[in-house]
Amino acid sequence: MLDVREIRKTFNAGTPNEVRSLQGVDLALDEGSFVIIIGTNGSGKSTLLNAVAGTFFVDSGSINLSGQNVTRWPEHRRALMIGRVFQNPFSGTAPNLSIAENLALAARRGLTRGLGWALNPRLNQQMRDTVHGLGMGLENRLDNLIGNLSGGQRQALTLLMATWLKPKLLLLDEHTAALDPKSADQVIQLSDQIIQRDKLTTLMVTHSMHQAVNLGDRLIMMHRGQILHDFRGAEKQRLRVDDLMRRFEDVRRADLLDETAAEMLQRKYV
Amino acid sequence: MSLLIGAVTIGLILSLLALGVFISFRIFAFPDITAEGSITLGAAVAAIFLVHGVNPWIATSIAIVAGALAGATTGVLHTRFKINGLLSGILVMTALYSINLHVMGRSNIPLLSARTVVTEAQNILASALRGRESVSVGGWAVSSHDASLLLFFLAIAAAVGAVLFVFLRTDLGTAMRATGDNSQMIRALGVNDGNMMVLGLAVSNGLIALAGALLSQYQGFADVQMGIGMLVWGLASVIIGEALVGVKQLGLLITGAVMGSVLFRLLVAIALRWGLDPNDLKLITAGFVLVALILPALLEKAKQRKASHA
Repeated sequence: MLDVREIRKTFNAGTPNEVRSLQGVDLALDEGSFVIIIGTNGSGKSTLLNAVAGTFFVDSGSINLSGQNVTRWPEHRRALMIGRVFQNPFSGTAPNLSIAENLALAARRGLTRGLGWALNPRLNQQMRDTVHGLGMGLENRLDNLIGNLSGGQRQALTLLMATWLKPKLLLLDEHTAALDPKSADQVIQLSDQIIQRDKLTTLMVTHSMHQAVNLGDRLIMMHRGQILHDFRGAEKQRLRVDDLMRRFEDVRRADLLDETAAEMLQRKYV
Repeated sequence: MSLLIGAVTIGLILSLLALGVFISFRIFAFPDITAEGSITLGAAVAAIFLVHGVNPWIATSIAIVAGALAGATTGVLHTRFKINGLLSGILVMTALYSINLHVMGRSNIPLLSARTVVTEAQNILASALRGRESVSVGGWAVSSHDASLLLFFLAIAAAVGAVLFVFLRTDLGTAMRATGDNSQMIRALGVNDGNMMVLGLAVSNGLIALAGALLSQYQGFADVQMGIGMLVWGLASVIIGEALVGVKQLGLLITGAVMGSVLFRLLVAIALRWGLDPNDLKLITAGFVLVALILPALLEKAKQRKASHA
């Protein structure tokens, strides 16, 4: 399904702000798998998602999606296969367009857009039914501007939009991090529900250890632009929050050791 | 009365400019100064074809295409070559000044003896009025010449506004509006936002060139200087229009831009009649747009201060 080989990405190369975000990441996803990515700040987890989505081109390595080499495809071309929900609830919707218009845009994700009406009665009925399923009462407000809704409502709609046409790959980039706990819970349940129902191949980045252990069938832990741990199957199901915390603690200690060691060497030899 | 009718007629012609500026400035939030060159380009291209006896409708259509090409050039400079938006417009506008001079061959072309859309419209409407010299509008005697032109340009403004409204509600047009609203989102939904902007600026400048072509035919000449200050006039119309309709609804915003343009021309005509020095017109317009742009923020601040005191 998704096959990422040895991808590397350095931002601001050759400047003092150089950041080596991805340092040789290999990742192969089976069809229908739901993979959680966790990691410390700056570990490259969001960068990995953006590399797959095509926000930028990788410096080296290859990305294959559904049997096609998409490494040099621009973002909008990959969109036919990829549905995305961003961390910022404002990123996934056009605020000055109505709910219906936003959904209509999503209903043609990756397809050509011509001079047919964006909205039509059949699509409107479909929208009412689907939005009704959210249980937020938004089905009667389809003509309202989406910018007037709360972050949680917008994120739930973004999720509907990303999955309106079944994507080959769903990318969720910390999509509940900016929401209040109740909305976050709602959006997470909705995500899980849609992913299970449509058997979507999913990559989800999260900061929440709770989400990481309770969701998905595989968990990847990233650190410094590389994949550090990869838990699958029974091992993933056995994982508890404590186990993850311990792994993070190990990483922290190793980093500390690195730094003190470097400092010591510097004192001695420089 | 004839003065007011003239002002309304010019307002209707320049409402096409306002609609073009609405697309660039409000839909894409792109300050597209290409407008100042493309309105003259539209006038120049139409004029040169008209004096050579080309059918006025064809001449006007070619002017639209020329304007669209100018807009697309600005769009390509900005999206493909990553040149700052304002600078892309300035480059194209500056280049257009020379191009317009080349197209016209001199700095001014009179159209008084040429067959234009205006003479065509008069012929059609004059036969409808069966040779009457004047018609009565609410008790005022208006020359049928003035009245027929007013109706003609009203019909054009209404038709263009309606087509624009329909276009912006198609799949393509909706994607265009979303591009200006949230480009990240529209890329994630599979739209090449760069192409969308090039297309949008082409449509915008096509409309502006149409305004120029019609204006030159109405006033009877094309002049290489006629574009100066036009962007700000368009902005003023759009801003007045938004204030008139008050709601952010597509159909109303389009209607508002047309009404704003007419109202703006009326205000200008009245101010000039009252003795405003025509040389001060652009200064006052610029001042008006400046106030209209900063006023909402100031009001918001005042409201917050009030709220925090309460």
